Amino acid sequence: MDVVLLSRIQFAVTAGFHFIFPPLTIGLAWLIVLMQTRYLQTGEELYQKMSRFWLKIFAISFVVGVATGITMEFQFGTNWSEYSRFVGDIFGGPLAAEAIFAFFLESAFMGVLIWGADRVSKKVYWFSSLMVAVGSTLSALWIIIANSWQQTPAGYHIVNGRAELIDFKAALLNASTVPRYLHTVDGALVTGAFFVMGISAWYLLRRREVAFAKKSMKYALFLALVASLAQIPIGHMHAVQVAQTQPEKLAAIEGLFETEKGAPLLLFGIPDEKAGVTHFKIGIPKALSLLATDDPNGEVKGLNAFPKEERPPVFLPFVTFHLMVALGTLFILFSIWGIWLMRKGTLQDNRLFLKLALWSIPLPFIANEVGWIAAEVGRQPWIVYKLLLTVDGISYTVPAWQILASIILFVLIYSLLFVVWFYLLRKKLEAGPEAFDTGKGVAKSGTGVGL
Amino acid sequence: MMELQITWFVLVGVLLLGYALLDGFDLGVGSLYLLTKDPDERKRMLYSIGPYWDSNQVWLLTGGGAIFAAFPMVYATVFSGFYLALMLVLFALIFRAVSIEFQHQLDSPGWRKWWDLGFGFGSLLPSILYGVAVGNILRGIPLDAKGGYLGDFLGLLNPYSLVMGLVSLSLFAMHGAAFIISQSDGALQQKARRWARAAWLALIPLFLTGTAWSYLGTPRLFSNYFDVPLLWVLPLIALIGLASFPAALKGGSAYGPLGASALTIFGLLTTMAASLFPYIVPASNNLANSLTVFNASSSERTLMIMLILALIGLPLVLTYTAYIYRTFIRSTRVMTTGNKHSMKT
Repeated sequence: MDVVLLSRIQFAVTAGFHFIFPPLTIGLAWLIVLMQTRYLQTGEELYQKMSRFWLKIFAISFVVGVATGITMEFQFGTNWSEYSRFVGDIFGGPLAAEAIFAFFLESAFMGVLIWGADRVSKKVYWFSSLMVAVGSTLSALWIIIANSWQQTPAGYHIVNGRAELIDFKAALLNASTVPRYLHTVDGALVTGAFFVMGISAWYLLRRREVAFAKKSMKYALFLALVASLAQIPIGHMHAVQVAQTQPEKLAAIEGLFETEKGAPLLLFGIPDEKAGVTHFKIGIPKALSLLATDDPNGEVKGLNAFPKEERPPVFLPFVTFHLMVALGTLFILFSIWGIWLMRKGTLQDNRLFLKLALWSIPLPFIANEVGWIAAEVGRQPWIVYKLLLTVDGISYTVPAWQILASIILFVLIYSLLFVVWFYLLRKKLEAGPEAFDTGKGVAKSGTGVGL
Repeated sequence: MMELQITWFVLVGVLLLGYALLDGFDLGVGSLYLLTKDPDERKRMLYSIGPYWDSNQVWLLTGGGAIFAAFPMVYATVFSGFYLALMLVLFALIFRAVSIEFQHQLDSPGWRKWWDLGFGFGSLLPSILYGVAVGNILRGIPLDAKGGYLGDFLGLLNPYSLVMGLVSLSLFAMHGAAFIISQSDGALQQKARRWARAAWLALIPLFLTGTAWSYLGTPRLFSNYFDVPLLWVLPLIALIGLASFPAALKGGSAYGPLGASALTIFGLLTTMAASLFPYIVPASNNLANSLTVFNASSSERTLMIMLILALIGLPLVLTYTAYIYRTFIRSTRVMTTGNKHSMKT
């Protein structure tokens, strides 16, 4: 097998696995801040109980995110050394900034959240939860800045075959940074919200911890509604940006081979790359032109308008993108249904809703992953759009067998981590919010360990 | 431009030094963890680093990011060149991180046994491999004209670098034992004193062997000291740290040994950095292919902007890290010193 393919597989495996956890922890972190804020305002024990329980779930997820994140920090150098040489002047900065402004913040205050419940004041504890949320959200900012620069490079010039920075602000705020950041963080909020909804539903289905579960469900439902609705304008903004700055990617995710005026927005289709057509098209007439150009009869470029060797693959971006949009629509409808049931006061007895909520837990994770696949495969064949080909970015000194060996180990270790994480999650769930609670007696001695 | 490049050489050094000083004791505690089977002692050792290990480890990530930003050629060469070694470090660090958090999640001896091993070996392996990596860098590695590594994995495991690996293992073990001394009392503290003494006894001959071998094998490492005699202060600091360690152990002060081992680490790392300069990765086959502070750096603009970011970020980090240590150090101490009934998982 060749080094390029192996390196791509390894990056996909390690980044794809890592990307399960940060969206969850970002979403959970903000819900915990909300609960801590209510606790600080009202002093009601229920809020404390809620934030302590969700913090336990947060903690076991956070550490998997941290552990698999170490890989990401080094992977550019280990497997993409030519890429690193090419972009280091620009790409390394945000990565270092992420560590210094975000990783320190979240990990230091995470220590306080786990170990400090009985040792710091309520206010300091609340502040720590805020800093963990801010830190994890800032971390997403820096990594998305770096990744967006790969998609839509700006603020650089090429010197001796390397990209060098000329305008820091332009590089940071390149064309895709803002839409991609908002889109990703909003997706993280949806993920956290659906996770809390699903687990609250699990308790409600068993009529356990009803007060706790109802309150958690309420907060999560509101967040789910707001965040999933917000994806409509954010997604639109992102689509317009892709249309303007990466037209090949737009054509690929829409399965558009021929340039069209008044192009339809496809709801379904099966693109055939060899034949250069998309079969079984069902679409909304003129909607793609309207979305991309603000004109129902506007022209949208098809893949055939681009040189063959610069076209991204079509099938994978098309399928993943459409799956993401379908899931996003589902999240909106499901949240509206939930809010409606809650208003009527029948939510906790609606077993269908509760069951669906429980089984919906994986869906936002899938939406995150497929959205990421659409974005990154849609960027191909470039590792830095129009500047460096993916095949030219690899580490030419690393032999294929070593990469194959590391892939096998990553797959084994990450599978093990996932199984253990899931097992612990179930254990925590079954034990319930009261379990392992150190309680007042221990708290007084000032030595309790909360988790 | 040259000033900026040198500044960044120093700054990357500061970050890696921060990692060695802070996560160094976490790694040491982890390696020593394998030396006791007593569940209560293990718990106290693990809890002593509980609130800090994660942010201590961020110094490594920041160091890695800073190398990428300031010296991308070094990042590309070293990380791809040391591929298998780095993967081993990665897997160890992954296991170590999850072991520390997972170990105390379930109250079952079978469960703990596995995560205890993960924490122990996840600390032991990097402790050795860091030294091996440093040994190879000091000695130089074969590089092509583009800065690509020409050797293989087994080439990294040369006797000189393995000695350096043992140096770093005993150094971190000494530092970790000193940390346990500062955080415990009673039988565990007595044990930690014995560990500290053993680590020190191992370190002395290893350190002398490493130094002599460097002088004979790679005289280039000593040339800066003859050009700028002031630099002798750095190895002197290391020697003072080493020499005062046994006295600090006997002295009975809780933080004395930790101070002495920190001084040793500071002295040794700065000594090595001063020996390397201006090389970052010397090429052993042809010195002209080496990556230096001046030919491997990012552009002046990037270095400048990154410097501004570092000057804003680092004081912030130091401020809240200091606050958190101050908040916790007393209460973790109480927790790890006996008082068994109050420890709950």
